[in-house]
Amino acid sequence: MADRIGFRVNGQPCAPAVHPMRRLLDVLREDLALTGTKEGCGEGECGACAVLVDGQLVDSCLVPVAQVRGREVTTVEGLASGEKLAAIQQAFVEHGGAQCGICTPGMILAAKQLLDRVPRPSEAQIREALAGNICRCTGYVRIFEAVVHAMEHEPATRGARRP
Amino acid sequence: MPVASIGQSVPRKEALAKVTGRARYVDDVVLPGMIHGVTVRSACARGRIRAIHFGDGIPWDEITVATAKDLPHNVVALINDDQPALADGVVNHPEEPVLLLAHPSRALLEKARAAVRIEVDPLPAVLTIEDALAKKAIVWGEDNVFKEYWIRKGDAAAALARGDVVVVEGEYATGAQEQLYIEPNGMIAQVDAGGAVTVWGSMQCPYYIQKALMKAFDVEAPQARVVQLETGGGFGGKEEYPSMIALHAALLARKSGKPVKIVYDRAEDMAATTKRHPSRTRHRTAVTKDGRIVALDIDFVIDGGAYSTLSQVVLSRGCIHAAGPYDVEHVRVRARAVATNAPPHGAFRGFGAPQSLFALERHMDAVALRLGLAPEELRRRNFIRHGQTLSTGQVVRDDVDLAAMLDRALAASEWHARRARFAEENARGGPVRRGMGLATFLHGTGFTGAGEKHLASIVGAEGTEDGRVRVLAASTEIGQGTNTIFAQIAADALGVGYDDVEIATPDTRDVPNSGPTVASRTCTIVGKLVEAAAASIKAQLLAGGVLAEPYDAAAFRAACARFVRERGTLRATVQYEQPRDIQWDEEAFRGDAYGAYSWAVYVAQVAVDLRTYEARVEDFWAVQEVGKVIHPVLAAGQIEGGVAQGIGWALFENVVWKDGRMANDRMTDYIVPTSVDMPPVHVVFDEMATGHIPSSGGPWKNGPAGAKGIGELPMDGPAPAIVNAIADATGVSVTRVPATPEAIFDAMEAALG
Repeated sequence: MADRIGFRVNGQPCAPAVHPMRRLLDVLREDLALTGTKEGCGEGECGACAVLVDGQLVDSCLVPVAQVRGREVTTVEGLASGEKLAAIQQAFVEHGGAQCGICTPGMILAAKQLLDRVPRPSEAQIREALAGNICRCTGYVRIFEAVVHAMEHEPATRGARRP
Repeated sequence: MPVASIGQSVPRKEALAKVTGRARYVDDVVLPGMIHGVTVRSACARGRIRAIHFGDGIPWDEITVATAKDLPHNVVALINDDQPALADGVVNHPEEPVLLLAHPSRALLEKARAAVRIEVDPLPAVLTIEDALAKKAIVWGEDNVFKEYWIRKGDAAAALARGDVVVVEGEYATGAQEQLYIEPNGMIAQVDAGGAVTVWGSMQCPYYIQKALMKAFDVEAPQARVVQLETGGGFGGKEEYPSMIALHAALLARKSGKPVKIVYDRAEDMAATTKRHPSRTRHRTAVTKDGRIVALDIDFVIDGGAYSTLSQVVLSRGCIHAAGPYDVEHVRVRARAVATNAPPHGAFRGFGAPQSLFALERHMDAVALRLGLAPEELRRRNFIRHGQTLSTGQVVRDDVDLAAMLDRALAASEWHARRARFAEENARGGPVRRGMGLATFLHGTGFTGAGEKHLASIVGAEGTEDGRVRVLAASTEIGQGTNTIFAQIAADALGVGYDDVEIATPDTRDVPNSGPTVASRTCTIVGKLVEAAAASIKAQLLAGGVLAEPYDAAAFRAACARFVRERGTLRATVQYEQPRDIQWDEEAFRGDAYGAYSWAVYVAQVAVDLRTYEARVEDFWAVQEVGKVIHPVLAAGQIEGGVAQGIGWALFENVVWKDGRMANDRMTDYIVPTSVDMPPVHVVFDEMATGHIPSSGGPWKNGPAGAKGIGELPMDGPAPAIVNAIADATGVSVTRVPATPEAIFDAMEAALG
């Protein structure tokens, strides 16, 4: 039974006619053609499908779309301003944070949530914030580097300690 | 001239697409009219298929159903061609594909898949290496042995019987390991009006898939086109199995007349596709009282699963690496790959070497303990050097100085000070014990033996209308940086900037066969061909009179564009030729097993909590000699990522088998390292630390700028270094990985008697 579920994605309103129990992941990818959000495991373990809902990181494979009615969803497609990358994206480019790239959208959103909430995270806070996002390529080292550089280059968050 | 690219950490070619979500992976692609395909699999390890029942309540007339009978040749072409694409009459492992279903609705397909019942009369199954060797049942050939290799150097039996040596014995085992690329396997196939099939998907080896399509459908290359999409990790797991999925998608596309997408979910990918071969190794070592190893006698066995697939090649690499980086006069290695009724085990980073090196490097510590020598000292007394011979009779050409690398690793890790401190702290008791462990090892670059000669890889390059140069190769970008390093290598050979080089999509219609993306061969073997193809482009421009040295990038672009405009094409094709000084005798299994080796010393600091028996890697040092480092950030990323997978294999990644099937086929139950599990990883490249590449008489001449293989090396060292550190911390010998809390508990209980 389809229903119109109204919410905002990356600042734009949308109201797809979908079953309210469809996974947010599938609605984003199939109904809204936002394929930057990836499916890695389908059970909330890997974080490849992570998106922000009202600024909070969630695994979109575990969220029925009805739960985002009236809320703001941010996907990886919503981070850059035109061709200008967000600081965290730029840091991933410059510091080798992306290898195969499949965990990258979720990882970048996890890092964004952290930096939005804790402008100068400690190493332990960075590790903790990314612990729900599995990367099989990097061993996380370059991802930590990227997060540290992103916070150092955000004017509001200068002066942080490197892990 | 532009600044040289090699040695610079330029941004990776596809970085922008990856950080913005624009990179297109197989599940992101939708073709008009596309439907979905699923696979119905065997639940049983071995048996005869008596009947297949299609249950009620499913509109079967709407569903495309394909079986083995629909294939002209029911085989997944690889080496021995013994694996069917769909089981026909018998099943030989759980999760063996039996039937294929296609329909526009994935929801209906799941119901349909569940409604198929495959009735099987079970046959006796073999599920372990020991049962396979004991011939509990014969499940492959005459004796369950896919392949057996022997290495004989000197006379190990006589040396072991000498009166003046100590003989140390040990048995070691390693478990299966799931590659766990975060993007599951998937393929899309489309058949055109003339019957030609095109397959797009996640893969390492486009030409392996093309070969499989040509064989199964009895068609020529133009009727079997394979295109790689962005690939979300491989690690060997997308070397051979994608051929199976491509055949399935193509078969359903042929039968339904529609484009068909098959994307595995995580559980299917984990349970049905390949994993690292489990292994069992026995060592008998003759050593003098002052620590000179006289003989190594090694019995190495790997579990290949139900079909031969790549096992013989995995076996040969494991066999050749079994004696490690040591100068030993007498070596005997007996290596066997055996059949069981598990899903076929396959390629995974390291390809047999991590298994045999785990056994050797754990055993080296056992030998040192017996002699009362420090582990680093035993190794130091036996390191191989320039001019000495490895077990296959290969003379080491690298001017490698493992003792200096060891010293660098010991100094960086404060080995002596930390060991002394931990010994003192551990003696005081307390719940957490700390230890240091190390491993010294080597990894052969490229295909084993005559493999590169037989591959005879081809790379092309062509000028574009806007004056850039495009590299044409089938080598895939799977995260490791192929696109980036090829562009760097070509840019330097052309004398242009990194951005003036582009990389063609691996598409069998457009690019030559540069061989599979495996075996630490892409940067060095294929990279050298990229360098040669680029050099040929430059030479053609110079010879053509449109370009003169010295030139800058703008002059090159203008000349290249002019050449293409005036003469139609600017193209170069080069093919690998085996250097004459690399000689291998496959019959005797002797000679130059690899054109070059990379070398390494890894050190782990581990804490073991005696309340929970959990081991945790607290710090890690990775010192390696890989020749020239083309891209420092990507290279460090390879090492760090390999160390992470090595830590997982050593401590967490436990494939639980139940009747030949992976019981823990989900990420909730199969644990890989997260960001909180990773220690700091201190990466040292010998070339960058010393400014010197110690290959014979200069850089390894068969790799671009002297680059050797790198990708697999970091998988070899972490497990033995970590388990050696557990022994140092607890005084108890763990002889298998993963060293889970249960395994450590068992070893400690056994030590108590």
